[in-house]
Amino acid sequence: MKKKQFDVLNTRAPRVDAAIKATGKAQYADDLNRTGQLYGAILQSPLAHAKIISIDTAVASRLPGVKAIITAKDVGLTKYGVSPARYDETLFAHDKVRYVGDEIAAVAAIDLETAHAALELIKVEYEELPFVLTAEEALNDNAPQLHDDYPGNISAEVHQEFGDTAAAFKECDFIHTHKLVNKRQDGGFIEPHSCIAEYDHDGRLTLHTSTQVAHYVQRTVSMMTGIPIGRVRIVRPCVGGGFGPKCEATPLEMSACFLAIKTGCPVKITYSREQVFLHSRARHQFYHEMTTGFKKDGTIMALSHKCTLDGGAYCSFGIATVYYAGSLLGAPYRLPNMKYDGMRVYTNKPACGAQRGHGGVAARACFEQQLDIIAEELKIDPIELRQMNMMETGDTTCNALNMSSLGMKESLEAVQKGSNWKKKKGKLPAGKGIGAACGFFVSGAGYPIYRSDTFHSTAEIKVAEDGGTVILRSGIAEIGQGADTMVAMITAETLGIPLADVRVDSGDTDYSVDLGAYSSRQTLMSGHATKDAAENVKAQILAVVAEKLEVDVKNLDIKAGYIKIKGRKKADIKPFRDYYRKEHRGWSNLPDGDEMSFTEAARMAYLEKGTIVGTGKYKPPILGGKFKGAAVGTSPAYGGSAQVVEVTVDRDTGKITIDAMTDAHDCGLAINKTMVEGQMQGSLSMGLGEAMFEEVKFDEKGQLLTPSIGEYRIATALDMPNVDTIVIESNEPNGPYGAKEVGEGAIMPTIPAILNAVYDATGVRITELPLTPERVLLALKEAEAEKTA
Amino acid sequence: MKKCHITFQLNGITCEVLVNPNQTLVRMLRDDLGLTGTKYGCGEGDCGSCTVLLDGEPVNSCLMLAAQVDGHQITTIEGLADGDKLHPLQTSFIEKGAIQCGFCTPGMILSAKNLLETQPNPSELEVRTAISGNLCRCTGYQKIVEAILATASPDCQCSSGDAKNCHEED
Repeated sequence: MKKKQFDVLNTRAPRVDAAIKATGKAQYADDLNRTGQLYGAILQSPLAHAKIISIDTAVASRLPGVKAIITAKDVGLTKYGVSPARYDETLFAHDKVRYVGDEIAAVAAIDLETAHAALELIKVEYEELPFVLTAEEALNDNAPQLHDDYPGNISAEVHQEFGDTAAAFKECDFIHTHKLVNKRQDGGFIEPHSCIAEYDHDGRLTLHTSTQVAHYVQRTVSMMTGIPIGRVRIVRPCVGGGFGPKCEATPLEMSACFLAIKTGCPVKITYSREQVFLHSRARHQFYHEMTTGFKKDGTIMALSHKCTLDGGAYCSFGIATVYYAGSLLGAPYRLPNMKYDGMRVYTNKPACGAQRGHGGVAARACFEQQLDIIAEELKIDPIELRQMNMMETGDTTCNALNMSSLGMKESLEAVQKGSNWKKKKGKLPAGKGIGAACGFFVSGAGYPIYRSDTFHSTAEIKVAEDGGTVILRSGIAEIGQGADTMVAMITAETLGIPLADVRVDSGDTDYSVDLGAYSSRQTLMSGHATKDAAENVKAQILAVVAEKLEVDVKNLDIKAGYIKIKGRKKADIKPFRDYYRKEHRGWSNLPDGDEMSFTEAARMAYLEKGTIVGTGKYKPPILGGKFKGAAVGTSPAYGGSAQVVEVTVDRDTGKITIDAMTDAHDCGLAINKTMVEGQMQGSLSMGLGEAMFEEVKFDEKGQLLTPSIGEYRIATALDMPNVDTIVIESNEPNGPYGAKEVGEGAIMPTIPAILNAVYDATGVRITELPLTPERVLLALKEAEAEKTA
Repeated sequence: MKKCHITFQLNGITCEVLVNPNQTLVRMLRDDLGLTGTKYGCGEGDCGSCTVLLDGEPVNSCLMLAAQVDGHQITTIEGLADGDKLHPLQTSFIEKGAIQCGFCTPGMILSAKNLLETQPNPSELEVRTAISGNLCRCTGYQKIVEAILATASPDCQCSSGDAKNCHEED
C-alpha cells in the first residue's frame, strides 16, 4: 500500500513540551505552591489486619500548628473504587484495617514537620486479626476474611469458554502444560503522587494532581465530597510518569480535598516514596497454568488457561485485570478454542491495579514460552511456528476481537532479519542464547470504566482572534508519553498549518471530557476527537473564505499554512491582503506572496463570525462479543509486536546479561516516529526490569521490605543494552490517519523473549520471576541433578 | 532552632540564605528559593532526580545539608541556559527525543554536563556509567545516551538507534 504523504505527521518533530522540561520550567504537582497553603499527611495502619477499637485525635489536634484532622467520622463511609461494580474502599478505615498502609486519618498543619508530629499523637487502639499474605492462604477454607461482601476472599472470578476446548484437545497430537509465576511489580515512576486542593467559599473545589485520569478523579471526588461535579475542577500539571498506578482517585487526593474544604486553605500532600509503594495499584502477582494443544503440523488447536491473581486488600482495577489476563490470548495467533478460569483474591497487602500491559504481561510470558516448547517438540523454528499460526488483517479471534489491521507477520520478519536470527538460532556458543516472542494489546478500551454512553474523548479548538495561533483545549493526560505532541501534530496536519502555530492546553476537566491515559487509548481516541475538532474549524474558516472569494468550498484546502484553490491558478486576494495590512500597520512578518495565508483566512473568518471555535468527539462503535466480560479486551484496534532477545548466562553464578534486544511494533501510522521508538524503548526497560530484578517484597507480618527504589531495583542505564527498535506501520482503518497503540503492547514480548533466550542458552525453563542469579543458579543445579539422577 | 547563615554561588549569582541546620539542599532550593527545576523523587539518594552540581560535581541534593554548600558553587538546571540560548545538552535532549515525562531530565542533564566537562569525547559505556545514578522509567535511556553522545560529537550524523555504531571506536 502506498503511504499518504503528510506535512506534520509521521515526522520526528520535537515534543511540544520538551523545552520547558529541559530547562526545569515544567511544573509538576509538588512544584506548585499557594499562598497560605497547609501541608497534609496521612496516618496509615502499621498492621496487616486489625479491628479498630478506637481512634483518639484529641491530643494531636491540640498540637500548635495543626489546623484539621479528619477520620472516617468526618468524611463518611461512602464506598468508592475503580469499577462501580466493585466499590470496596472507604477513604478511611473505620471498622478495621486490611493492610500495612491502610489509611486511617489525615492531618493538615502549617508545615510538614507539624503534620507528621500530629500523626504520631493520634492514638489508635487495634485488636489484631489473623491475616493472609498469599493467594493460596487466602483461598483456604478457614482463611481470615478481608471483606464481608466478598466471601472466600474472592474479589472477582471469570469463567469463559470459546469454542469447545475438550473436543479440540482430543484432536491434538501434542498437549503441553506449563506454569509461570511473576512477582508484584511497582510502577516505579520517578515522580511520587502529589496534589494540592483549593476550596473557595463559593463551593468550588480545584485539585491540581499528578494523575492519568482527571475525568475519573473528578467523578470520584464529586461522589465522595458531595460537591456537584460542575463545581469540581481537576487540573493535571506535568506528570512524572504513571504507567497505570496513577489511573484512579487516590486517598491522597481525597484527603487533600476534604482538608481543604474543612480548613478553607489550600492543602498540599505528597506521597513519600514508601507511600508510593504502599498505595501500589501496580502489577499483580499472577499464577498462570496453561495447557496448549497442537497438531503435529504446528497448528494451535486449543488453550486451557487458569490464573490466580494476588490482588491485595482492595479491588482497584482488579476486575478488569483478571479479565485481561485471559482475553488478550491467544491473539495474535489463530486459536479456535480457548477456556479461561481466572480468579482474583484478596490478601492483606497493598492493592494491585493496572500497570503497563494491564493484565496481559505475565499471561503473555507464559503463553509465548508454550509456543517455544511446542516448537522444540515439533522441531519447527519458533519464529516459523509463530508465523504459521499468525492472524492476518481481517481475522477475528474466538473471543470476538477483530483485527482491523495487523502487521504481525511483518513485525516478526523484521526482528528475524534485524537480529540475524537464522545465523544465530542453534548456532551460538555455550552460555549464549537467543529467544523470540510476540505481543498484542488494545488501542483503547471499547467501554468506559463506568457504564455510560459518554464520549471517550471530546476536544475544543479555538482559533485565536488574530488568526495566527490555534489553541487546542483537551482533557487528555500528558504523562510523559507525548499525548500533547500527538494532538498538536494531528491538529496541525488536519488544519494544514505548521506545528509551531498550535498550542495545546490540556489536562483540565474544564476543557473537555477525556477518559485519560490508560489502555493505550489516547492516540486512537483522543486523536480522533482532535481530528474531528480540527476538521470542524477548517470547515468554518473555509466556508467564509469560499464566500468572500466566491469560489466553491469544495475547491478549497489549507496546506502548510496557506489557502489552496483548486482549478484556478490565482484568486484575487489583493483586497483582503490590503485590508489585513491596514489592520496591522507597523507590524512585522506580514503575509506576502500570491496565496492567502491561514492567518489571513482565520482573521477573515473571525471578522465575519466572531471567535472561531470547533469541537470534536469520539466514542468507539459497538464492538466485540455479547458474552459476560466481553467489554474487557474489546478495542477499535490492536497493536502487535515481536521481539528477539540475546542473553549470556554465567553458569557458575547464575548471572544473566541481556546482550541485545531487537523489537518491532506495529503501531499503524507512526504519528511521531521518535516518540514511538521512545515508547518501545521504555517498554523494553520496564519488561527487562520485571524479568530480571523487580519484586515488591513483604515480611511475614505484611510489612513492606522494599520501600525504596534502592531496595526495589528498576533498570539503570547500565542494565539496558542499546536496543534496536523497528517501527512497523500498518494502516489502521479505525484510527485517526491510520494510527493505533504503542504505549503498552510494546512491553508484552520482552519477558518471554528473555525466558526463551535463557532456555536457549541453558536448556532450563525457569518458571518463576524475576531471574535473579540465585534463582537461575538453583534452577541450573536442579536441572543438572535431575540429569545425573 | 538557630539558623545557619550561608553564602554561596547559585547559578553564578552570590546567594545569602539563613537555613535551618537540618534543612537539606533540595528543600532549600525548592522550598526557600523556588528553584523547582531540581526534583524530589525519593529523598534517599536512589533516583538522582535532585542532582545538582556542587563545584561542578554531581551530587544528590537530598543527601546534602543546605549548610554544607556555604562557600561553594551550586549549579541547578535553571542555571544552564545562557540567556535565551539553551545549553547544547538541552538542545540535544530536545532534538533527540531524550525527554518523556521529564522528571529525571534536570538531573540527567546535569550529570551529563559534568561528564562532558571531564571527558569531552566519552564512550557509550562512559555515558551510561555517568548517568547510572539517574533513574529514568520512561525512556529506557537509549535516546538520553544518544543525546549526550551527540552533544559530545555534534558532527556525528547517527540516526536514531544507531549511536553504538558511531561511537564504538571511542
